[in-house]
Formats: sequence, structure tokens, C-alpha cells
Amino acid sequence: MVSLATEKKQDLNLLSRIASGDGHGENSSYFEGWKAYEENPFHPIDRPDGVIQMGLAENQLCGDLMRKWVIEHPEASICTEQGVNQFSDIAIFQDYHGLPEFRQAVAKFMEKTRNNRVKFDPDRIVMSGGATGAHETVAFCLANPGDGFLVPTPYYPGFDRDLRWRTGVNLVPVTCHSSDGFKITVEALEDAYEKALLSNIPVKGLLMTNPSNPLGTTLDRECLKSLVNFTNEKRIHLIADEIYAATTFGQSEFISVAEVIEEIEDCNRDLIHIVYSLSKDMGLPGFRVGIIYSYNDRVVQIARKMSSFGLVSSQTQRLIAKMLSDEDFVDEFIRESKLRLAARHKELTTGLDGLGIGWLKAEAGLFLWMDLRNLLKTATFDSETELWRVIVHQVKLNVSPGGSFHCHEPGWFRVCFANMDHKTMETALERIRVFTSQLEEETKPVAAAPMMAKKKKKCWQSNLRLSFSDKRRFDDGFFSPHSPVPPSPLVRAQT
Amino acid sequence: MGLPGRNSGAILSKIATNNQHGENSEYFDGWKAYDKYPFHLSHNPHGIIQMGLAENQLCLDLIKDWIKENPESSICTLEGVHQFSDIANFQDYHGLKKFRQAIAHFMGKARGGRATFDPERVVMSGGATGANETIMFCLADPGDVFLIPSPYYAAFDRDLRWRTGVEIIPVPCSSSNNFRLTVEAVGWAYKKAQEANKKVKGLILTNPSNPLGTILDKDTLKDLVRFVTKKNIHLVVNEIYAATVFSGDDFVSVAEVVNDVDSYEVNVDLIHIVYSLSKDMGLPGFRVGIVYSYNDSVVSCARKISSFGLVSSQTQLMLASMLSDERFVENFLMENSKRLGKRHEVFTTGLKKADITCLTSSGGLFVWMDLRHLLRDRNSFESEIELWRIIIHKVKLNVSPGSSFHCTEPGWFRVCFANMDDDTLHVALRRIQDFVSKNSNNKIVEKATDKDQVIQNNNAKKQKWRQSNLRLSFRRLYEDGLSSPGIMSPHSPLLRA
Repeated sequence: MVSLATEKKQDLNLLSRIASGDGHGENSSYFEGWKAYEENPFHPIDRPDGVIQMGLAENQLCGDLMRKWVIEHPEASICTEQGVNQFSDIAIFQDYHGLPEFRQAVAKFMEKTRNNRVKFDPDRIVMSGGATGAHETVAFCLANPGDGFLVPTPYYPGFDRDLRWRTGVNLVPVTCHSSDGFKITVEALEDAYEKALLSNIPVKGLLMTNPSNPLGTTLDRECLKSLVNFTNEKRIHLIADEIYAATTFGQSEFISVAEVIEEIEDCNRDLIHIVYSLSKDMGLPGFRVGIIYSYNDRVVQIARKMSSFGLVSSQTQRLIAKMLSDEDFVDEFIRESKLRLAARHKELTTGLDGLGIGWLKAEAGLFLWMDLRNLLKTATFDSETELWRVIVHQVKLNVSPGGSFHCHEPGWFRVCFANMDHKTMETALERIRVFTSQLEEETKPVAAAPMMAKKKKKCWQSNLRLSFSDKRRFDDGFFSPHSPVPPSPLVRAQT
Repeated sequence: MGLPGRNSGAILSKIATNNQHGENSEYFDGWKAYDKYPFHLSHNPHGIIQMGLAENQLCLDLIKDWIKENPESSICTLEGVHQFSDIANFQDYHGLKKFRQAIAHFMGKARGGRATFDPERVVMSGGATGANETIMFCLADPGDVFLIPSPYYAAFDRDLRWRTGVEIIPVPCSSSNNFRLTVEAVGWAYKKAQEANKKVKGLILTNPSNPLGTILDKDTLKDLVRFVTKKNIHLVVNEIYAATVFSGDDFVSVAEVVNDVDSYEVNVDLIHIVYSLSKDMGLPGFRVGIVYSYNDSVVSCARKISSFGLVSSQTQLMLASMLSDERFVENFLMENSKRLGKRHEVFTTGLKKADITCLTSSGGLFVWMDLRHLLRDRNSFESEIELWRIIIHKVKLNVSPGSSFHCTEPGWFRVCFANMDDDTLHVALRRIQDFVSKNSNNKIVEKATDKDQVIQNNNAKKQKWRQSNLRLSFRRLYEDGLSSPGIMSPHSPLLRA
């Protein structure tokens, strides 16, 4: 069965614009890092020199707690002796409202992850195909092709696909700067809004991720209020991606937009929507549990109809319903998860501190926003890419360069830490230590100068062997592969 | 909620505010009636029996038995929990390799081994609902057209058009040739669309057909493949009822035909199959939709799109194990076919007793029932709706009127029979029979001169009187002014068989 040779050339003309274009974002150069990992994935015993995956924001630290619960609660599964009597009912259940107990359990979990400071209505819980599906659905509901959403930078590269690809919606960056800790300022919002209007892009909403990916920071109450007020005044939607809500640790407090709207008089709640998921907070990306929570009745209705295109498997709904209804388990899980994330975060940051490597102060998320600006030859994205290639191919760590997150300034890298065990973390830190001490060696003649001296900028280039000299430019809309793109099996966290 | 006076409601998208989701149609009346008063053999024996939902509940026992015997297929059992973390973290849109292999294997078996499928072409989607939408996104731009034989599954209006902006133009099939699809009819519709300056991108079929239950013969399928190749348009075949074929005739998949036709007559880049486990296996809750394309670019694009509707990894694992079990699959397919056939036989025989005939069909979970003789006006869809309301409220069966499937002739109804147990089916049949006989008692007596003639006349007249009295009684019911209840979501929880 071979397709006709002459027809092959016309192939792409046969397809839609969506199918023949690049809107899926996967033709970016950042796949090099993934490729390097795939070709040589780290394994503590089998491949100790392989590439360590630090580009995947996954939470693998509490798998043991879930396994334990699952064994102790066989009735939660429709495949056990205790639960199989439910098999038929569940197997035929395709109602897009979802199992009521599922919605109730998710609403309760959302409350617990916001320290019970706010209530969620189970009837506003709408399913979607992961957070990926939730974002796309929200875009379909709120914007027409050609409309725009403001998005503070740096932001999760998957948004370029999820919000734009099939919807035809534009993303308008709101530039944030390291000089003030990448804060989202009203000035920056106004600026972006104006720019959009000048480009004839009707702005329909503002999308913010809180806690932030890739920064790991959380928005304080004042900032949140200013965002709500800004969007209310402009009569545009506010979409709060809160998928990292339960990943806060240490002193950091997560304040949900749900809380803030209670404190604002005359808030137009028809403009407020939350995207949630269990992929990060619970570490269950495979189960595809995406949630749209809107305060707008019409949006709830329409999103629910659209959920037909990506419902959560009823088998999974049931398991999650049972698990999250167990309040004791949920409390313990959230508590343990925060402790373990904090410990792993501390391990990484202590290691980096010891090496004089800077990082953005933040206490949430599954990653660190690492500052390597002083290692750049020039303050350009070309330099950042070159440094990144060295890190991937020489240091053998797959990290994500800031440019892939549309960061305004080169030199920042997102480093994930919750998808590996303690030993792997140690190995990663050791590699960074070796790398930086090699750099120190280079500047022995000026040994008195600190790690961050300007002279160092040239050294890693000239003295470290690069495996290639190709200096590809960045594409616009470059994209670091993210869930659910990566085809690589993970090296599982052992602890 | 927003306070009045400030911003009375936010502006939503056009997609959010048009009615293309199709749920504001009056056809949800039947659902509402059912929801209000659902039948239960012991708890609510006078309730409405759900015969509007095409579901296959006849072989779930086989699946349950397998589950019990294979605990390692679950990540929640002692035997399977060691896989929990790997599976919970697995979000690769290629899907578990074992899952793709098992699906490809099952698809081949469901076609009697007459076609084989490549696991590398198996792409996941959010049920057949997601698969149909995905394939449109891959093949057509907003404003492009797909031809579709009618009558067709009502939700195609949503799945194929709503968010994609694609237009669908029916190729009407009629009772004059038993609703058979012909290449001539397709050609005619294609020509008409072109004349109207429409850009036709392809033809989409459901085979076995919903709502007809009929299957396409090999020659017609071959001709269709040749036709689309010649016109350089796509052919999408929805084969989600493939394993529900119960008659002796073999189901011919487009996958078979692609191999059978001379290679210069088929451009495989144009051929795509939509599949699902919702009907063949009776597992709609698990959302297992499959896009299978012979076009590499479509496979690649559909796979990227699948991010928006992947199958839960937990479900992938369970099904991967189940469908890799050769013995289970063979036995399941055989039993499925047998039980559906028996159910179909019982139902159609029972209907015959009430002088009701159905379109001869080979598969599906329903019959296409002919009630034209009961219409007040054979040419009016209003009549059909009136009759339908009587069936819901007096006969107490939720069936689906042909017009909801865009049938061009009034009087046909789709009646599902595989979503209930035997007892319920018999209750349904009895209600139909009772209703028909109650309304066709001979009230008119005629004098006759010749005894034989009398008998013959009487027999003929009995038939005619039955029908006309039935019509009369329906007319009385029509005049009762049955009004339409409100609008309801179609996804009502079932009363289980």
C-alpha cells in the first residue's frame, strides 16, 4: 500500500491549514535537548553518563503515598474484587456532567489546596482533556479567531499551541523584567494592551499562571487585586491557571483568584475563570484530569458541551472521586508533598548557592528559575542557545532555556527538580560543580576574581569543546516540548 | 455573579453563542420525559423505556469476568500496583505501545481478519466524538464542505461543524432503494455542491450505518474509493459499529477495499477510519476514540491534536491487556455478534406481530422502524413529530424520530434494543403490541355476499382497518394537544439493563 508518488507532492494541499502549518509548535530547535536525552537517558546504574532530564515539570515525589492508598482501598477501582460490581455502571457512564462524586471530590480538593479559605461549587466543575484541553476550551469559549489574550512573560511554551493552534487566537506578551523579580505591573499590562490595539488585535482576556511556570513565584494579594481590577475595568476576561496551587512550600502562601474576588466590591464575576488539573499537584499527568471552573454560567454550560471532545475516563473519575473524598488522605498528601518538594528544592538551591549560581527566589512549582546571565558571552539569545547546548551536550543536563518561555532577557534557565530521586539530584549537582570549577580553572591567572567575573564570559566558549558549531537562530514561537508531547519514558524517582 | 448595571454579562466567542452544539433542538423532549419517569422493572414498571440510546450492554458480563481473572491489568490491584507510578506519569501522546498494538489487533479481528492494522497509525482521541472533530480539523478549513449520506447520526452536526467551521451537505438516501447509498447519488451531490461554488473536501460515511444498521456492499465501497480518488477528495469511514454485525453477510471495511482495488485507482492518502470501543465493546465511559489514517501527515497532525483528548493511561493499560488476550477477543466478538443477532431477531419478530416492519439490517444496536402507515399525513414531518410524542407519552417508549437524523422521508424511527435486559425488551414489545391491537379492534362491520370473498375482504379490511383505526386513534391523540416539554441535555444517565 504505497501512496502514488505524484500525489505525495500535493499531500499538504489536501489537508487543512491547521494540519499543514506549524501552529503545533513542535518544529523548534529546542527538541535537541529532548533528542539528546532520548538518545542517552540517564540511569544511575545502566547509564550513569546519560543526560539527566531536568526539563520536565513533573511531580514524582509522592507516588508511594498513592500506591499505599490504592492498595488499602480496593473498592475505589472497578477492576478489583471489591469494586468490580460497579464495572458496568461506570463503563457505560458518559454523561458530560461527570460523576457527581467526582465533581464534589475535586471541588473539595481545590478548597483544601487553597487552605479552605474559599469554597468551590461542584456544579461549576467542568472536565477537559487535561489542562491542555482546558486552556483550548476556554479560548474557544471566550475569543474569536484573530482576538488576543495578554500573557505575562516568561510563560509555559505549550500555551502557544493550546491557546492558538486550532482556535486562531493570538497571544500578546506582557513583558516582565528581572529587575523587579518579574513582577506583573499595571504599566506592563497597559502597554501590552495598547500594543495589541495598535496591531488590530481585539484583546479578549488576560491569562496568568499562578503559581508561575516557569518562575515558581506566587502573586501577592495586591498584585492579584490589581489584575482583577485591570481586567474588570477593561471588561476583559481573567483566566487564572492554578495548576501548581498545591506545590507551594516554605513561607510562600498561595492566594487563589477565587479568594481575591470575594474582597473586591462590584467584581464582575462573569469575567473570572480558573483552569485546574491534577497533573502537577498530584503528579497524575497520565490520567488527563483537566478542570475548567468558571464563575460565568454561560461559560460553564458551553464548556461542558465542549467537554464531550475530551471527557475524563469514567474509570479514572471513579478512582479520583474515591481518593479525593478521603479527607485524611488528602490532608496527609498535601502536607507530605509540600515537605518533600521543599526538601528537594532546598537540596538544589543549597547546591547552587555553594557554586555561586543565582536563582530567582520563589517557593512554589516543580522547578527553579536559574540565573546564568553572567555566563553568557553576550547578553543575547544566541549566546543563551550556545550555553544551553553546552549544558545539554557537555554537562549533560536537559534544562529549558528562558528563550523558550518567551523571556525578555537571555540567560535564565528553568530547572525541574521534582521528577527525580535524591541520588540523581546529587549527580546533577556534581556535574554542575564540575562544570563551574572547569570555568574557574580557565581564569586561574585572575584567580582572585569571583565566579561571576566578566572575563569568564569568553572562556567556556573557547576552551570547552563544543560538539558542533551550528549557530541556528531562534524561531519565533520556539517551543520547549511539554506535556503531553514528550515521548520519553522517565527515569522514575526512587524516593 | 456580575451585578446588573456594571457589565451585564461578558462577551463570549461566536462559537459559544451560536447554536451549533445542536442541543437546543426539540428532540430532547424524549430525554426529558424519560428522565422524569424512567422505567424500572420492579420500581417503576410504568415508566418510559429508553430506546433512544445506542448502547451495547449485552456483553459486559464477559468483560467483567475477564477483569476478575486478570488483576494485573489494573494499576489498583496488588498484582498491578507496581505499575501505578509509571502509568500515572505516562502522558506521551503516542500512547502505550501495547495499547496501540492491542487496538490494531482488535480492529483486525473485528473485521474477521480480512484486514490488518498498523499500530503506528493508531492515534487516540476523546471518544469517537473527538475523533470525528479531529479528522475534520486535519482535512478541512472553515467553510469547506464534507458530503454525508442521510439519514445520519444527529451529533455529527456538532462534532463535524461546531468548532471547525466545516459545512456538511447531505446525500439523501431514500426508502425507494432501501436507503442504499449509491455512487451516483454521491456524484450528484458533489456536482451540485461544486455548482454552488462550495469547496468539497471529502465524503464521510458511517458503516455499518447509524441509524439504518445496514452495511455497504463491497462493490459500492470500491466505487466510492475510486470516486474519491478521481476527484481527489477524502473518504472518512466511521466504523464504530464494525463488531455489531450479526447477519451472515460479512462486514466489509474500507481497509479491505484499499487492498483490493488496483493501486492506481486508490490514493491511500485520502482514506481515513474513525473507530471507538464505545459501541463494539459497550464501553462509552472510557472514551476510547481512534483515528486511523493511511495518510502519514494526517497521522502526525492527529497525534499532536490528540493532546487535547488522550485516553487515560489507566484505561489504556487495562484495555491493552484485555485486547491482547487472543482467546478473550475471539470469544467476545463471537458472543457479541450472537447476542445482538438474537436480540434483533426477538425484537423484529415481536414487531411483526404488530404489523410493524423494519428496514432489513445486518448490524448496529437499533432497528430502523417503518411507521409511515401510522402517520396522519405521510408527507409531513409535523405528523412524524405528533406520532413521536404519542409514542413517548402514550406508548411510553423513548425512540428517535427519523427527522432528527435528517431523513428526507417522514415516518421512520430509530429504536435501540441493546441497552436493556430481555425482560425490559419484552415489556417494550408488549406495549407496542397492546397499543396497536387496542387501537385496531374492528369497529366497523361490513356485509358480504360471497363467503370466501367475505373472508378475503375481511382479512384485507382487517389490515386496513387496523391501520386506519390506528390512524384514527392517533388522530384523537393528536387532537389531545400534546405539548412539547422543554429542552434537555442528551447525556442523561441510563437506567441500566
